Amino acid sequence: MMEQVTVVRGVAAPLPRINVDTDAIMPKRWCISLSKEGFGQGFFGDWRYDLQDRENPAFVLNQPPYRQAKILVAGANYGCGSSREMAVWGHLQFGIKAVVAPSFASIFYNNCFKNGLLPATLPEAVVQRILARLAERKGAEMSVDLVARTVTAPDGGVHSFDIDEAGRSALLEGLDEIGQTLRHADAIAAFQAADRTRRPWIWR
Amino acid sequence: MAAARTLFDKLWDSHVVAMLGPRRALVHIDRHMLYEMTSPVAFSGLKMAGRPLRNPELSFSTSDHIVSTEPGRGDETVPGGREMIEALRMNAATHGITHFDVRDPRQGIVHVIAPELGIALPGATLVCGDSHTCTVGALGAWGWGIGTSEVEHVLATQTLAVERPQNMRVRFEGRLQPGVSAKDLVLFLIGRIGTAGATGYAMEYAGAAIRSLSMEGRFTLCNMGVEAGARAALVAPDETTFAYVAGRPYAPRGADLDSAIADWRQLPSDETAIFDKELSFDAATIAPQVTWGTCPEQVAAIDGRVPDPERGRDANDRRAIAQALQYMGLAPGTALEGIKIDRVFIGSCTNSRLDDLRQAAAILKGRKAAAGVKAIVVPGSGTVKREAEALGLHRIFIDAGFEWREPGCSMCAGVNADKVGPLERCIATSNRNFEGRQGPLARTHLASPAMAAAAALAGAIADARKVLQ
Repeated sequence: MMEQVTVVRGVAAPLPRINVDTDAIMPKRWCISLSKEGFGQGFFGDWRYDLQDRENPAFVLNQPPYRQAKILVAGANYGCGSSREMAVWGHLQFGIKAVVAPSFASIFYNNCFKNGLLPATLPEAVVQRILARLAERKGAEMSVDLVARTVTAPDGGVHSFDIDEAGRSALLEGLDEIGQTLRHADAIAAFQAADRTRRPWIWR
Repeated sequence: MAAARTLFDKLWDSHVVAMLGPRRALVHIDRHMLYEMTSPVAFSGLKMAGRPLRNPELSFSTSDHIVSTEPGRGDETVPGGREMIEALRMNAATHGITHFDVRDPRQGIVHVIAPELGIALPGATLVCGDSHTCTVGALGAWGWGIGTSEVEHVLATQTLAVERPQNMRVRFEGRLQPGVSAKDLVLFLIGRIGTAGATGYAMEYAGAAIRSLSMEGRFTLCNMGVEAGARAALVAPDETTFAYVAGRPYAPRGADLDSAIADWRQLPSDETAIFDKELSFDAATIAPQVTWGTCPEQVAAIDGRVPDPERGRDANDRRAIAQALQYMGLAPGTALEGIKIDRVFIGSCTNSRLDDLRQAAAILKGRKAAAGVKAIVVPGSGTVKREAEALGLHRIFIDAGFEWREPGCSMCAGVNADKVGPLERCIATSNRNFEGRQGPLARTHLASPAMAAAAALAGAIADARKVLQ
């Protein structure tokens, strides 16, 4: 069971880049692991550290107010590339509980709902305005309310966001998706029984 | 009369186990491919919840990402890798999953071996915890990449809850020029529609240029569908497909094959089927493509130049171009042809099949890589490697100065020891030019096998068509 998600409130870190890929979010050297833990350190590892593993002070998540960031605001097509779910685990283990962006890549988006990371989709123009406010007021706080489906920007502006309905329910209820699916065990068994006759070659 | 349906509509309809919402369904998974990187947590999740694996006979596994590609390799690889290889071996044995182990002659990259062994079939659903699973769409199968939670979900239920994508069709009419391949078509397409151009869509490729592609070419084309954001990338099955499938180890045989083919003939999109989005291009006008940036959409024809950030379509794009050029160490206006390279990588689930190796070898035959260029060829599977060796292709590569490796993801994923060094420039037949993809600070230019071979000879990005003349 994952934790229920209702409201995420806290410091918002600006990442004004489009097409942020999961290789950047969780570089592979941190992906060599048998565990689901320990991905906070690798979160944006190649941008946070140089080749000698020294912190890069210019990168947003290394700057003091953003080390405690709970929300990330980024450009379009966030999370593109590799399907690695470690990218989602990295957000949560670093402390980011919500990502606000104009759009998300679909595998990453799906992975968010399995783990309790809240992906909020806002129009490009709104995200640009929020990024501009965050640039002016370093360490500003925001909130993302999943119940009301709203983002409260640093200037107090309230914006309704889009989110996949099934994903939203999963986050709100902290559902065990496998448990949900197993309620359809009879339908699965019936499908498979019929399929053995319809497409026997799948079953040999 | 039933409404006209697309190929994807038919794949969807035939796999719905239960509807969960207006466009959401529980769909049956016919084939599940597992590998060492994204499966251990799924198996431990299953164990912790005390759940059995529902249909082990529909799952297959191999180690491809983290394995060494050094000749004579065993389990030894980068730190932590052996443990992952061993964990998969143990999980497969515990659950009765067919496993193609490191030394198994059938081992290879999941997206190469799934079709090659006849595991992936037309009309089937196939998932894997890897984004390039869309590759098998070339057979008219619905394949897509999933995360580790969904891997566990498939192990436990043999289904997934999926939101129905929309239908998109991309036609390539006309004939490809000599020296131009499926890789160039797909890079060109991504350059036009962008890395999110097919997000939310099942994308079917159609048109005369697609019909005349080999299966290998179609795999390349569908492989990079995810680089345009597509949820599925498809080519309708035809005689080329059926001839490819027949005789493969896990494919249906005899009467089974006959009834399967009769079923698969019904899969192509109905003539009057309506697509939510349609695009069309003339394949004859497409030149070899090379990426110049850090995202697959940052691509141009070989006779093109590195763009000026000022020419970007909007502020985001201008910033993205500027960041890419800084990372790539390139100045605006530089001609692509002639950019010096340090490394050549021929391999990956995009371009490591026999046809790919043949195209590269045709360029390299009797020639040598430029001094100082480090070049490797990594066949996609043990089967590809043996077939290439039977044709003597390995000799052509070795004589040209390439290393001839054991099968695996190698320098595409950059997970094992095969990496491009910091600030080194590599021309690669793989699928992603992201920052750090081939190693920290590595610079990647994506291109076709013929273009990678031509670059090896010149020691710089070059036009494969000129070598072929």
